[in-house]
Amino acid sequence: MELVLATGIGGLVASGVWLLLRERAFSVVLGLALLSYAANLLIFAGGRLSADAPPLVLGEVAAGTMPADPLPQALVLTAIVISFGTTAFLVALALRAIGESGTDHVDGGREQER
Amino acid sequence: MIHLPLLPVLVPLLAAVLQLASHRAGIGMARAIGLAAVALTLLLAAALVWATRDGTVLAVALGDWPAPFGIPFAADGLAATMVAVTAAVALPALLAATDGTDRLGRHFHPFFQFQLAGLNGAFLTGDLFNLFVFFEVLLIASYALLAHGGGAARSRAGLHYVVLNLAGSLLFLVGLGLLYGTLGTLNIADLAERVAALPAEAVPPARAAFALLLAVFAFKAALLPLGFWLPHAYGAATAPVAALFAVLTKVGIYAILRLSTAVFPAADWAAGLLAPWLMPVALATIVAGTIGTLAARRLGVMAAHLLLLSTGMLAAAVAEGSPRMLAAMLYYLPHTTLVSAALFLLVGHIAGARGEATDRIVHAPRPAGWSAIGAAWLVLATAVTGLPPLSGFLGKVMLLSAAPATAMGAAMWVVLIFSGFAGALAMARAGSVIFWERPDLPPAAPALAPGAALALALGFVPLLVLGAAPLSAHAQAVAEQIRARQAYAAAALPVPQPTTRERRP
Repeated sequence: MELVLATGIGGLVASGVWLLLRERAFSVVLGLALLSYAANLLIFAGGRLSADAPPLVLGEVAAGTMPADPLPQALVLTAIVISFGTTAFLVALALRAIGESGTDHVDGGREQER
Repeated sequence: MIHLPLLPVLVPLLAAVLQLASHRAGIGMARAIGLAAVALTLLLAAALVWATRDGTVLAVALGDWPAPFGIPFAADGLAATMVAVTAAVALPALLAATDGTDRLGRHFHPFFQFQLAGLNGAFLTGDLFNLFVFFEVLLIASYALLAHGGGAARSRAGLHYVVLNLAGSLLFLVGLGLLYGTLGTLNIADLAERVAALPAEAVPPARAAFALLLAVFAFKAALLPLGFWLPHAYGAATAPVAALFAVLTKVGIYAILRLSTAVFPAADWAAGLLAPWLMPVALATIVAGTIGTLAARRLGVMAAHLLLLSTGMLAAAVAEGSPRMLAAMLYYLPHTTLVSAALFLLVGHIAGARGEATDRIVHAPRPAGWSAIGAAWLVLATAVTGLPPLSGFLGKVMLLSAAPATAMGAAMWVVLIFSGFAGALAMARAGSVIFWERPDLPPAAPALAPGAALALALGFVPLLVLGAAPLSAHAQAVAEQIRARQAYAAAALPVPQPTTRERRP
């Protein structure tokens, strides 16, 4: 499971960085979204991967079982909300930049010079 | 008043909500609420500085959840000073915005207040994840403020700024995830304890996590390889926004300083994280800022490069890290923030008065009554480049006399003196072109009288000089407090730690 998660996060980061370095604002937005997925998965993995760990402990637990760590889940939730909001803002800003410069090149206007 | 550390965050938040709720009442209402809130925050900041003057650390556990489970707010001398500097910059910036800048787009005032809430929260929180949240609050507000006023240049600079900061935030998250995974806490005071007790095999991932966090803070502080976004963004922003943004880079410096004093000294492996690279990077930032200042063709870009240069000086002081150096830095920080903000406001006034020439460094017809603005330029140029007799000189003398007698100390002397000389040269050249040369050009329409905002911002300059003795005594006390560490740890983490800790596999 660790291997799957690690390669998954690595793949997301690699694709995200590649898209982030493209010259179109649309690819950049997608790249940031992929990177935020990778960051969220990594935080989640910070609470250790475990199967069948009880999320809540009410009363007695069998010896040796460790309840799931709730804090990374709370952190991930916060991070998801924040990255969702900022991505939405970035899309709005990119649309406005298109409206003003007529291109979705990240530097604006570079298109016309060619 | 036990909730005093929360109020500098709550007051701007409440003001922003009120402004949004009453936005139909017109801009006068928003201005009144905003100015009242900033004035109240300034009073609260003064109260906070007063309450922490004897080395007490005010801590609030949110919801009374005991640390390290709850999220503490902790105000020590450093946090109180930063909050006070923020409020002192915000008041003239907001006053300057009431000249009509705030009408250029919608919702300027709520964003301004959200930005203040984010800044104050970042300074006062005692938890790294909460620091991330407040970073986001202040960044989202700053994205909107940067784009305020519209125009293709602002949209482009805004897009770059947002994309870079989002990438930085994601790196911050990755660092936090790794840190929580290895140390099992994000409370700053608790981190120090865990760092000291970390088993050897867990050291490399923890080092990597801290290195990522430091890279993010270096990016926010605009240190050299990560600082090229700053001149574009700040040069494109409207003057009041750029003035407020003068505080933004200090958040990065504050975060590096907080980690390097509260956490890193706890273990040998962490203590060496900053030393090899921060000083060279800081000195290189000063050199790059100096070259940019000399090369700038617009006053706004020149002011932005001067800000970059001063950030480099602060980072160099953090890198050196002796109590004397930190005391000098804590005197220099309020000076440079206030003077940079005043310079941005003055540049905005000059650009507004010169018509088509705006803030480009070219000959242009001069409005009548131009000499008062020229005098203001002279004062700020003297202060910002560290010439006697103003506060920049005092700050630089303190920094240089605290420099150690090593190769790095010598490099610091050379770079600081060279940068001061080159900065003075650039400012003198720009002032000469704009205020002095070509008096034969026909006079332009008389400019608006410099407003109360500029007067207020300039008023800080004599205050910083006349109050140098108490200010540097305060800086000394704060530097000793943050070097000592125990007070902050005891307040932010009051309960005795249970000895049986979860052993992380």
